[in-house]
Amino acid sequence: MLLKLVFRNVLRHKLRTGLTLCGIGVAVLSFGLLRTVISAWYAGVEASSANRLITRNSISLVFPLPLSYLERIRGVEGVKTVSYGNWFGGIYIEEKNFFANLAVEPRTYLELYSEFLLPEDQKQIFLRDRRACMVGRKLAKRFNWKIGDLITLRGTIFPGNWEFVLRGIYSGRDNRVDESQFFFHWDYLNESLKKRQSVMADQVGIYILSVANPERAAETAERVDRIFRNSYAETLTETEKAFQLGFVALTEAILLVIQLVSFVVIVIIMAVAANSMSMSVRERLGEYAVFKTLGFGGPYLAATILGESLLLAAVGGTGGILLSFPAAKTFLHYLGDYFPVFSVTPQTVLFQGLATLAVGVAAAVLPTWRAVRVPIIQALGRVG
Amino acid sequence: MALLFFYSLRNLLTRRLTTVLTASGMALVVFVFASILMLAEGLQKTLVETGSYDNVVVIRRSSGSEVQSGVDRVQASIVETVPEAASGPRGRPLVAKELVVLITMEKREGGSRANVVIRGISENSFLLRPQVRVAAGRAPKRGSSEILIGRSIEKGFQGADLGKSLFFAMRSWTVVGVFDAGSTGFSSEIWGDVDQLMQAFRRPVYSSVLFKLRESSGFDRAKARIESDPRLTLEAKRETTYYKDQSEMMARFLRILGFSLTIVFSIGAVVGGMITMYASVANRTREIGTLRALGFRRTRILAAFLAESLFLGFLGGTAGLFFASFLQFFTVSTTNFQTFSELAFSFSLDALIALKAMAFALAMGFAGGILPSLRASGMEIVDALREA
Repeated sequence: MLLKLVFRNVLRHKLRTGLTLCGIGVAVLSFGLLRTVISAWYAGVEASSANRLITRNSISLVFPLPLSYLERIRGVEGVKTVSYGNWFGGIYIEEKNFFANLAVEPRTYLELYSEFLLPEDQKQIFLRDRRACMVGRKLAKRFNWKIGDLITLRGTIFPGNWEFVLRGIYSGRDNRVDESQFFFHWDYLNESLKKRQSVMADQVGIYILSVANPERAAETAERVDRIFRNSYAETLTETEKAFQLGFVALTEAILLVIQLVSFVVIVIIMAVAANSMSMSVRERLGEYAVFKTLGFGGPYLAATILGESLLLAAVGGTGGILLSFPAAKTFLHYLGDYFPVFSVTPQTVLFQGLATLAVGVAAAVLPTWRAVRVPIIQALGRVG
Repeated sequence: MALLFFYSLRNLLTRRLTTVLTASGMALVVFVFASILMLAEGLQKTLVETGSYDNVVVIRRSSGSEVQSGVDRVQASIVETVPEAASGPRGRPLVAKELVVLITMEKREGGSRANVVIRGISENSFLLRPQVRVAAGRAPKRGSSEILIGRSIEKGFQGADLGKSLFFAMRSWTVVGVFDAGSTGFSSEIWGDVDQLMQAFRRPVYSSVLFKLRESSGFDRAKARIESDPRLTLEAKRETTYYKDQSEMMARFLRILGFSLTIVFSIGAVVGGMITMYASVANRTREIGTLRALGFRRTRILAAFLAESLFLGFLGGTAGLFFASFLQFFTVSTTNFQTFSELAFSFSLDALIALKAMAFALAMGFAGGILPSLRASGMEIVDALREA
């Protein structure tokens, strides 16, 4: 009886129900997308490995470390492999074609980042050719690059035009790996710098080290930093995760705004849903008076209203959640350049579900209170 | 017509809960819309006000920002001799050779690290930037390990207090003053003597050379002279253009974010408005019939209902703007990825944004009200009177 009443009530005003459902769906969808943007922000953190450490100059990232540190870091107890690289910051044709490009020591780098999958034949050629570069699958697709293509980057930190031959296209082991990066030989950069600008040669941006035992990472980091304390280039070693979190923290304020806004959309839709429920209830006040006269109590009336509100929210919310997946795909298609990783996580879906529930409950509160409290005589005597 | 107008107003008053809920939905959308526009405006205002139109920044070609640039001493002294530069005290050209590096500092709140600009300044740096004035303490002496910190740095970062010292580049630097640069980007910087800083950071090159034009129209000549000189690998930009370029990426990001959010959100609010107006038409079918029978024309009925909906939008817009205006008291501090350094800016509300937000609110009211109003005006008298 109760369920039947709820269903009938929902279908009474088809237009209103339709509009409300559409509103709730859109809100839950946009809530989900905003949450996904936030988790995309943390993609670098998610992709980091527990047994990699990053060593950089303690002043800030713009200051390099001497190449001579390599052997000394390698000798530290607990360090397995050491690689190094520089942020190159080159521009491909135009500034808006931004992608990450790094000069790295290729052999050790590929060893450390085993999640970058490169076909064996491509890998051999890439390692042998000093002018070679390796790019992610997505990046190659974006600019339609083929193996063997010549690619020229304009240096911003290292002046001049730099030519590379595309020798490898890597893919990620799972969808957390950023497939839009560009790597080339650090030696190529260094040799050219020796000729052009010798003050900048033999300088390394960051060292990447792998530790045998992730539980002792903190200890190893401390050991590395201790060697270089009071030298002219002091180091700061932290886990890759902490390093990536540092980048996220830089834009904390924007992240906070997005987070706030994602809640605002839920509040907006609460107002809309509450409005449509309160209108339904107002129209039916006379009927509720009849129910009361027949002996149905407040809890029963409350259950019908809450049931109706929850049903509306559930249908709209489910629609929104289901639409999130194709929407995220479309989003990725257009904005893949800004967000290399963009997929709806189970956690996001959970949040969407909770938000839907909250909307359903919140929308029913005021109307229920009104329906339960209204005196029978007043409700029966009310006009329009 | 006045009668119908009051009829609409009274109706909003009668259904108070509905009116408040619908209007507050719209108010939130307007709030989001206005706040993001204000943020983007605040960012650009900060960076545009940072530069002076008559100042020229010279940096290494295609480096994009001072942080990435490098100008060696020889090149810097060639730039110093451009005849287009104005002359300063004692007849020397008004030129400042500066160093810009980033250091990592911990924020006061949360303790997260951010990159802060340290600018090595020359004698003329203050003359070239009249908007910067020392608010507390004094300017650093030349040749000493003394620094001057911007207002936003004092507010936002640990250890940045007058009289204390900061440790970086293997030296301890005493904070001898705090400077106020209004709402410009300089407020997020630390200033010290250029020669001392170059020595401490072991950076043998300057980052930029800044000079003031003798006359504003001389820019093109100076630019051509600098950029065609075979000894130089530099480019010259007006200071205003230079800072505007730096804010472009972030402002665009904020705008894209803002517009896509508001469009999606406004769907919700328009749906809310539509539900309200449809109900309001349905509830008053009889009254509409009566009005028509009394001789009110269809267009009048249409106008009355549309006015009701527009008024809802107006209420929402006013409330949204009212709350958004309080945002002006807040300052946002975040990293500008184009320069990789921390920048503080505040929300900024101007007439244009207020106008846009209000127009948007009214548009929402219109979109939500037009279909229900058409339905109301399309009713046949007989059917309407017979109903319910």
